[in-house]
Amino acid sequence: MTIDTKNGDVRTAGRNIGLAAVRGLALALISLPGAVLCFCLAALSIGLIPIGIGLVTTPYVLTGVRAFANGRRVLAAEWGGVRIPPAYRPLPKDANPWARTFGMLGDPATWRDLRWLPVDMTAGFFTALLPAVLLLYPLEGFALALGLWRVFPDGYWYGFVPVTGQASAFGAAALGLVLLFLAHFFTPRLLRIHFRLTRAVLGGDQEQLAERVRVLTETRRDAVDASAAELRRIERDLHDGAQARLVAVGMDLGTIEALLDKDPDRAKELIAQARKSSVEALTELRELVRGIHPPVLAERGLGDAVRALALRLPVVTEVSVDLPGRAEAPVESAAYFAVSEVLTNAVKHSGADRIWVDLHQADGRLRATVTDNGRGGAVIEPGSGLAGVERRLGTFDGVLAVSSPAGGPTMVTMEIPCA
Amino acid sequence: MRVVLAEDLFLLRDGLVRLLQAHGFEIAAAVESGPELAAALAELDPDVAVVDVRLPPTHTDEGLQCALDARRERPGLPVLVLSQHVEQLYARELLADGSGAVGYLLKDRVFDAEQFVDAVRRVAGGGTAMDPQVIQQLLARQSGGDRPLARLTPRELEVLELMAQGRSNAAIAGKLVVTERAIAKHTANIFAKLGLEVSDDDNRRVLAVLAYLDHGR
Repeated sequence: MTIDTKNGDVRTAGRNIGLAAVRGLALALISLPGAVLCFCLAALSIGLIPIGIGLVTTPYVLTGVRAFANGRRVLAAEWGGVRIPPAYRPLPKDANPWARTFGMLGDPATWRDLRWLPVDMTAGFFTALLPAVLLLYPLEGFALALGLWRVFPDGYWYGFVPVTGQASAFGAAALGLVLLFLAHFFTPRLLRIHFRLTRAVLGGDQEQLAERVRVLTETRRDAVDASAAELRRIERDLHDGAQARLVAVGMDLGTIEALLDKDPDRAKELIAQARKSSVEALTELRELVRGIHPPVLAERGLGDAVRALALRLPVVTEVSVDLPGRAEAPVESAAYFAVSEVLTNAVKHSGADRIWVDLHQADGRLRATVTDNGRGGAVIEPGSGLAGVERRLGTFDGVLAVSSPAGGPTMVTMEIPCA
Repeated sequence: MRVVLAEDLFLLRDGLVRLLQAHGFEIAAAVESGPELAAALAELDPDVAVVDVRLPPTHTDEGLQCALDARRERPGLPVLVLSQHVEQLYARELLADGSGAVGYLLKDRVFDAEQFVDAVRRVAGGGTAMDPQVIQQLLARQSGGDRPLARLTPRELEVLELMAQGRSNAAIAGKLVVTERAIAKHTANIFAKLGLEVSDDDNRRVLAVLAYLDHGR
């Protein structure tokens, strides 16, 4: 029994080290080219502002940089348990290139991103690579002891051990064993160091609180604006739709009363018409209700509401749900409409024939992932559906990350704190 | 025929009671909440239950859950579920046990008293009554691209739609103003094109079609 548990522990530890090493390697492979590319493009684009070209390209490049940084934020939370809250200022939807460029350049978060890129391509790359090295280098030591030393007749330096024969090769293996022992303790920690480093540079500093207040003010204004616009839309829909139809029904009923004896045939016609109007009024009300708060969401909660939504889509959509219970109503509603918008986007623009939705909750955060096998190339442009989702999630301190290489697949990840 | 009715809004409950009584149904009980409905279904052994999805005390899908529970206790208990909105998800849950005798309609369908009463009778008799909106959603999902449904003629699609709603050949013939024999021919063609086994039993046929539309096999 005890032995089994111990074996299990060893296996789990082994898996953790391996996982950390693989993740570190993946991070290193992403961070070096990604950061170099982002940095060069950003420097080039900002440098071209005086001659005008930069005015057009800079918003796109900086949006790309933000997406790169947001991707790392998501990975930091997922792999390292390190939260790096984004603090970008929202941009006006209808801003012209000039206002957009200088709006983004005036945001301290932009400069923090740009400062982070050189750190990421050097220290970030190194700290991410180290876990993999710490795991692979001991293996080389063992290989030397098993006979690889014969390949180097002139001697070979394994760490500080000069390998010249079988005996010193065993020395190399011993060093490898020590390194492996160290790896056991340090590999997962090293990965966390990478994310801590990322947070130190990307996560802001003493201005953080002031910035946080600014972001809250902005998102609050967004929320108030959005709900006011929503109320106006509902008022208009009711006024021009259901309300007008009910007036028509009332009028028809009055006419029917007058015609009942004089012209029963005409009265019958009007009754049919009144019935049709009332059905139409109900249909309109139903659509309106669905837009305000979908009935399934009220009745069953987020999981089933998204399942019901998936059944309405023309594209085959698989939904997997792992939620412990029901989140607070505003969070549920925000998550539902965010997923709904992203799904609509996928159906309209991606050309995908399959979509996967995953909902789960962990560490007090609700995470929704929408993946499609379409053509990719989705970006968060000002005024686009995804930008709207990002703004609305902002009210809940939620984040949105898009990974959509040309040729697909597209993966949109949304996260909302819900504790 | 004895009916248990569950609807929390007094106006609607009252209207439904009068409508059903006018068409010769006996109202065994007209209740307004989930627990009352569960008790009535267990004790009164009705011929059919007409149930609103959303009921007190939780105002969630209490009515639907009660109906599903009662059908687990007594498989094939005829239940007609009414709602302000229809969802394929709920239709799928009602149909899941494959024993039929279920209906799922928008509340608006009550406006057409004849058709509504016909639906209640059909469900009580072991048949099916699915809202046209559910069927349209199912058809819309299945008709894209080169799916078998694309091989049906427009007329056959019309027949399929009515059949999926749960109507008999005679009723479909009446609605489309053709002979029953013509409908039987269409039905045979539809089943052949979709690769479904032909069944003489109307109820079985409807369930087969609905299963086909839901899962696209």
